[in-house]
Amino acid sequence: MKPTTAAFSDNAHRALHDAVLQQALAKAGVGFVDKRRAALSDLPEFAALREAGRAIKDHTLANLNHYLLRFEQQVAANGGQVHWAETPEEACAAVLDICQRAGAKMIAKGKSMVGEEIAVNDALEAAGFEVVETDLGEYIIQIAHEPPSHIIAPAVHKTRAQIAKLFEDLHHHPGLTRPLETVPQIVDEARQILRDKFLSADVGITGANFLIAETGSTVIVTNEGNGDLSATLPRVHIALASIEKVVPTLEDASVLLRLLARSATGQEITSYTTFFTGPRRADDADGPEQFHVVLVDNGRSRMLGGAYHEMLRCIRCGACLNHCPVYSAVGGHAYGWVYPGPMGAVLTPLMVGLDEGRPLPNASTLCGRCEEVCPMSIPLPKLLREHRRQEFERKLAAPRSRWALAAWAFCARRPSLYRWATRFGVSLLNTLSGGRGRFRSLPLAQAWTAARDLPAPQGDTFMAQWQRRKPHG
Amino acid sequence: MRVALFVTCLVDLFRPSVGFATVRLLERLGAEVVVPPEQTCCGQPAYNNGDFETARAIARQAITAFDGFEHVVVPSGSCAGMLIKHYPELFRDEPETLAQAQSLAARTRELSVFLAEFGGEQIIDAHFSGKVAMHDSCSSRRELGILAAPRALLNKVEGAEPVELQEAETCCGFGGTFCVKYPDISARMVSDKAAAVIASGADVLVSGDLGCLMNIAGRLRRMDSTVRVYHLAELLADMTDVAAIGEGDKT
Repeated sequence: MKPTTAAFSDNAHRALHDAVLQQALAKAGVGFVDKRRAALSDLPEFAALREAGRAIKDHTLANLNHYLLRFEQQVAANGGQVHWAETPEEACAAVLDICQRAGAKMIAKGKSMVGEEIAVNDALEAAGFEVVETDLGEYIIQIAHEPPSHIIAPAVHKTRAQIAKLFEDLHHHPGLTRPLETVPQIVDEARQILRDKFLSADVGITGANFLIAETGSTVIVTNEGNGDLSATLPRVHIALASIEKVVPTLEDASVLLRLLARSATGQEITSYTTFFTGPRRADDADGPEQFHVVLVDNGRSRMLGGAYHEMLRCIRCGACLNHCPVYSAVGGHAYGWVYPGPMGAVLTPLMVGLDEGRPLPNASTLCGRCEEVCPMSIPLPKLLREHRRQEFERKLAAPRSRWALAAWAFCARRPSLYRWATRFGVSLLNTLSGGRGRFRSLPLAQAWTAARDLPAPQGDTFMAQWQRRKPHG
Repeated sequence: MRVALFVTCLVDLFRPSVGFATVRLLERLGAEVVVPPEQTCCGQPAYNNGDFETARAIARQAITAFDGFEHVVVPSGSCAGMLIKHYPELFRDEPETLAQAQSLAARTRELSVFLAEFGGEQIIDAHFSGKVAMHDSCSSRRELGILAAPRALLNKVEGAEPVELQEAETCCGFGGTFCVKYPDISARMVSDKAAAVIASGADVLVSGDLGCLMNIAGRLRRMDSTVRVYHLAELLADMTDVAAIGEGDKT
């Protein structure tokens, strides 16, 4: 997916004026926040669980080589195969190779954000495979030819009416109920359409929420069961996973699963939590003949031990998106690439480059709500600020804003000059305000005054007035 | 008790009455208030725009200006948070300055916290009849964990009826330079906040942070709302006879 992150301002502007999108966002946002709050209030040990989860991730990341190799050994011992991919191209090539060797035509796909990251669907379709997304949200955006706008609710930007229209235009199977009016009707129709696809698919691709080193298992959580069907009905199962998904033990995964479901959807546990351990065994009634895990790096090993190391703790719950006032206002597409919201604002510049991605770390008030709700206690505002530091050092910001900052800094570091300059400026503004206490518009301040008045200074500065009150103070 | 006042740049430039209200409250506590003249800004504009060198230079300036004072009081959660949380972070790799930054952090209090710590509830002698909504800045709420102190003080204002805002945890959209870098998004956020203020039925909105207040007041004035906006210190010091934020002698 070609990023449009550099155009974030324009994207955001369009999103803010898209009435249908705003309607969808308003509905979704409050739901996630309320459900998470309710789930947490039922779990007094959440704070302790959060600490435990963080410790598991920190330990694993400090010993990532060890656990990844252990995972590979166990996958092999179970009769499966691990494929290491440093880049998106290598990852796609590994997937294509497996599909070609299997003589596949149709591929059923469960939801995978890493799949989006490496654009595996584009690669598969370019090679002539038919790919069907089986997660309802992913299916909707696939037929709408759009990228996901949320990491756990990919079609959250769509209203029910828009989805019904998409289905009515595309699905012409006999026996479908029309018009589509309710959510159950929509879900039922998707189920009918997708059931055939599951049965005819040769390869199933899923993501992985966790990889378990001690057992060589991959874990997915879903609420639709589509991931299970994608993984078990086709002859070949490919799990796509990034390297930081590994955890040492089943016990560790259970701690993180408790944090994940509550933070993401406010559920105690998702409807389906499935562990895949190798291909079908001799005495298994069903399951795939082949089990592959494609481990994707795509820059993550470079993050290890560096300024963005803590981002590798992320378990992709989406809580930071749901609680972000910027995400809530503009939705996920404005971010212009795969990962939106605060976690996306940290990851995107690392994956598509700071030149393209630099609007995102700036599009935050650093209000800190993301860090507050993050089940992995990732200091997202600090990491956003770190991007800004890189941006400043590389002089990437517009010259005008850099000069303004430099001029301000020159004064702020010289108290006497600062006193003089601020008194002059304040007195000028006060005069210009003509006693009205505010400005409706002001040259150089249109960004502020477009939607709000600018309160005018009261008169002289505090420091000058204080000098008069206490000459020796 | 000697107390050094960190005025903050916004109070210094835009609303000195908040500084004088703060002084009045501190003097009622029996403090001798000193305003070190070497202070300018806390350095957040540089820090949050990635210019850590300038932020460090300004932090060193503040560390020197406030050296030797047992108490440093700041009428802003945002600037207090910068001194308390971020100065030590800036000097993580400079042990000598780090110790000084930690010392300043330990001596620094946001105004309502300082008042609560030193029995400020006893010295509130203010009257305001009407509904008062309290907006917590993100820095005071999340960085410093301040929620109870300003409300306890507000309860001492005779005639004031506190009301809470819906979606109180959501940022007002100021965010320092954010509001001019992304004016569309900021406008949307402050519109939502202003709507929540109006919906609360409040006659007056107060907060401990002038940045948020200028933003929200600016939006309320644009909407021709009747809600008036003051800094918490002004209400507590019974100084609501001055024109509210964004209002003048003439209309």
